[in-house]
Amino acid sequence: MGDTVMLAERPDVREEQAAPVTKVRGYWQTVGHRLRYDPVTLMFAAIVLLIVLAAVFAPLVAPFDPYKESIIGRLKPLGWRDHLLGTDELGRDMLSRLIYGGRVSLLMGVVPVLIASIVGGALGVIGGFAGGRTNTAIMRTMDVFYAFPSVLLAVAIAGAMGGGIINGMLALTLVFVPPMCRVAETATTQVRSLDFIEAARATGAGTLTIIRYHVLGNVLGPVFVYASSLVSVSILLASGLSFLGLGVRPPTPDWGLMLSTLRQSIYVVPTVCALPGVAIFITSICFNLVSDGLRSAMDVRL
Amino acid sequence: MLGYILRRILYAIPIAFGVSVVCFSLVYIAPGDPLQTVMPPDATAETIAIVKHAYGFDKPLPVQFVIWLGHVLTGDFGMSISTRRPVILEVTDALANTSLLALFAVPIAFSLGYAMGALAGCFPGRWMDRIVTGAAVVGVSLPNYWLGIVLVIFFAVEYMWLPATGMGPNGSTGFDILQWSNAKFLVLPVITLAMIPVGIIARSTRAAVAEVLSQDFVQTLRAKGLSEWTVIRHVLKNAAPQVLAVMGLQFGYLLGGSILVETVFTWPGSGFLLSKAIINRDVPVLQGTILTLSLIFVATNLVVDLVQSMIDPRIRRI
Repeated sequence: MGDTVMLAERPDVREEQAAPVTKVRGYWQTVGHRLRYDPVTLMFAAIVLLIVLAAVFAPLVAPFDPYKESIIGRLKPLGWRDHLLGTDELGRDMLSRLIYGGRVSLLMGVVPVLIASIVGGALGVIGGFAGGRTNTAIMRTMDVFYAFPSVLLAVAIAGAMGGGIINGMLALTLVFVPPMCRVAETATTQVRSLDFIEAARATGAGTLTIIRYHVLGNVLGPVFVYASSLVSVSILLASGLSFLGLGVRPPTPDWGLMLSTLRQSIYVVPTVCALPGVAIFITSICFNLVSDGLRSAMDVRL
Repeated sequence: MLGYILRRILYAIPIAFGVSVVCFSLVYIAPGDPLQTVMPPDATAETIAIVKHAYGFDKPLPVQFVIWLGHVLTGDFGMSISTRRPVILEVTDALANTSLLALFAVPIAFSLGYAMGALAGCFPGRWMDRIVTGAAVVGVSLPNYWLGIVLVIFFAVEYMWLPATGMGPNGSTGFDILQWSNAKFLVLPVITLAMIPVGIIARSTRAAVAEVLSQDFVQTLRAKGLSEWTVIRHVLKNAAPQVLAVMGLQFGYLLGGSILVETVFTWPGSGFLLSKAIINRDVPVLQGTILTLSLIFVATNLVVDLVQSMIDPRIRRI
């Protein structure tokens, strides 16, 4: 869990306390220290950063205009003239479209997780701290949403609302609130029964103060790690939604949508048609591995 | 035991009820009036009012829900807007085709994942362990429909060994699994569907096996002089409930994942039906399919819990 009290129990930290020269690190310093010596996580974090930067600065990075069509240059293979990754069914440059497509995909990957962390986290803390009926009411409601396989729930909501970026994000948020709520609730329930909460209450701290200073610090760790693992799920689900036609509208470049439209052309340029999937796969696996690294660095068990 | 079974079933009922509430509300979160799709655009206000009354849309929502639930319980899911067939027929037809896929994909995925995980757990740090760790990360990061597209590109486009899409050769009626000309249409969708959960199941099996291996009784078994095979048999048996729980969950993902995989292969199953319903804005079909699939998932979870508690009575949750 995320408090220094428990870290002091760790043998490595105790050794450092015993040595007179080295100073005791705080929790976040320890996490930073561990991450610094984790080259695998750092490498994948660098790739994630690269993908994010490419998407943010797409106009500067992309070699061509992603919307510029060309009748003679349709469905060309890799390396055709200046088009490093070929062109799509309307003759638009694939590399540029992939770079621009990262914008929507990353947005759909991060925003729903962020909102769900706040909403689900808050619900979980409230339920876990209040306990009793409030907790039962919240958690049983979440159980209902748990009864849907996640893809199905996302498709159901986005499908009923009619697609589009906003609806897609809303659907994904709804998918992620229940598991996030469960993570926060478990962490809160564990902390609530610990002695230092009792001690804080004995010194006259109000409920809000206890939550603010004693509970949140212990809940944020698990919520953060879990959220980081959800980003790749969100990217996958979002690309699936746009593959089904529930995401952005053409001609906006988006990886899932590109896969769906290029599917008609697999007999012409098979490699080019598979490219958007490679982009999804690389992004998603990098987020996953970074999340795994964070989890072990932050010493969180979910 | 019987008491537990009854309690567990009773617990599933409110969940199923909640699921049906969510499915019912799908019609109402759809933009515009639920009648908009069936009414001609130039219908007068009076006609709309009459139709609304006829369909019961003028009643308060809870009343509508009870009426709807009554219909659903008697197997009446309404009419498909695009095909004008009863939704229940559409769903059952599609479900039969999805079951055919699952019939092959589920055993392949589960046995492969279990075997890999057990092997990795018994020999930690060896090559299988590394493969399992890698396969699990790849499995959760891979868009399964893309895997389908890649398989099609490889086996259908480049080498033309297997058909790319559909179910059976053109003009054929009925699917005869015993004929290769029919059965070959199954190969790619089944592989695609089966590959995704393998990594996760393997990783969970590995973790469960490793955990059991570290328990004291294993040492006792070894100290008694049992052969390594017998010890492993005991370990696998003790790891079974945990593995089963993961498999139940993965079955749900497989069910959900079939939406995209069936769309890629135009396999006429429930997932393909769903994606058609989305394109045609056919909300009754959407509602019926989602409800059926989720209820199957609820039932699977129920069965998994019961089987788990039969293997290991310690884990009864309620």
